[in-house]
Amino acid sequence: MFLQGFGPLIFEGTLQTIKLALVSMLLSVLIGLVGASAKLSSHRPLRYLATAYTTLIRSVPDLVIMLLLFYSLQILLNQLTDWAGIEQIDIDPFLAGVVTLGFIYGAYFTETFRGAFQAVPRGQLEAATAYGMKPWLVFRRVLFPQMMRFALPGIGNNWQVMIKATALVSIIGLADIVKATQDAGKSSMQLFFFSIVGGLIYLAITTLSNGVLLWLERRYSVGVRKAEL
Amino acid sequence: MNEILQQYWQAYLWSDGYHITGVAMTLWLLTASIAIGFVLAVPLAVARVSPNPLIRGPVWFYTYVFRGTPLYIQLLVFYTGIYSIESVRAQPLLDAFFREGINCTLLAFALNTCAYTVEIFAGAIRATPYGEIEAARAYGMSSFTLYRRVILPSALRRALPYYSNEVILMLHSTTLAFTATVPDILKVARDVNSATYASFEAFGIAGALYAVIVFALVWLFRRGEQRWLAFLKPQAH
Repeated sequence: MFLQGFGPLIFEGTLQTIKLALVSMLLSVLIGLVGASAKLSSHRPLRYLATAYTTLIRSVPDLVIMLLLFYSLQILLNQLTDWAGIEQIDIDPFLAGVVTLGFIYGAYFTETFRGAFQAVPRGQLEAATAYGMKPWLVFRRVLFPQMMRFALPGIGNNWQVMIKATALVSIIGLADIVKATQDAGKSSMQLFFFSIVGGLIYLAITTLSNGVLLWLERRYSVGVRKAEL
Repeated sequence: MNEILQQYWQAYLWSDGYHITGVAMTLWLLTASIAIGFVLAVPLAVARVSPNPLIRGPVWFYTYVFRGTPLYIQLLVFYTGIYSIESVRAQPLLDAFFREGINCTLLAFALNTCAYTVEIFAGAIRATPYGEIEAARAYGMSSFTLYRRVILPSALRRALPYYSNEVILMLHSTTLAFTATVPDILKVARDVNSATYASFEAFGIAGALYAVIVFALVWLFRRGEQRWLAFLKPQAH
């Protein structure tokens, strides 16, 4: 039988991991865009706030932040439900994973996007404004498409790191690849085999996403000539 | 907050009275894995840039596998996986090694950081200016002397900024050690959390300690860069 009957369980775990990675990626990209705009804004408190956020998050290990948020949010929620006199709500590990991963990698994306925003020539934005475009239109039509080319290597890097970081969410109880393969290993007494299977699934995901990133990089570099030596 | 600090500061920093714990354990995990990783990475990086595919291939495969999978899985393979194999437990030497969580942790950490370090160093070696190698060859240096005198001193220096990143990421990764029952900072924090239910304080103290270590590392590496990368500084006119 395929994987001794644990195939469906592991497949389910793989889906959870991919879903978690994609949703937290989306959240962290949004946070990153907002954070980068804050870092580059002319508003001083905003700049300080964004700098504090990125410095703090990037110096504390992600697992510590994850546990901190997971447990403290639960306690906060318990106090809230106690106060309101309703039944206790348990935070779902998937949601906790998305929030913490999004919050942590938002800091890394902030740095990525800040660098990319700055790499777009200022004249481009001036020209767009001169055409009478509103800020949002400038962002959508001029800044964003050009910024993406500079941001893509960083985005790719963050994505690869984040895929691997999703493995940590099993520690706070999500039934992802790690949990599924460990459970399968424990009940079949073949922990070694199933841990290797888990590793291979991650390897397949990272290899696949490498290919997609290469393709995207080529797509966003259309029309850019490379210096020939 | 104060009570927790009063009761647990020693456990957070160096000892719970029986074992080395907290910051001392984390720093030991970091230095040991980084040191082993570095020593292995230098020759492997040289092999990684070899023109011979039979030498380059296996090293590529090693870094591909270890960089493509999460460290947590690697740790689980070494800690619970290998020990579950019967023939390992039958061997007294292997049995003694893999029974201890700290041995498995160090093995997994060292192999993991080594894989990333190999790629960093290999990248720096590849970026060595062609003229430098040509000049060294013209002086009649053998390949070994070429590496010892020209390529490695310059490549390792140029790799320093990227290497410092890897060291800090490794520090972040040492938090996984608690899953193999190694009493590092995070393990102490978890114990404090389950004893007092003061999650925010318990993990907050741990986070602050990690941040302090990171800032110290960043400072150290900046000093190192000033010293060893002085020749790459933009020249003042």
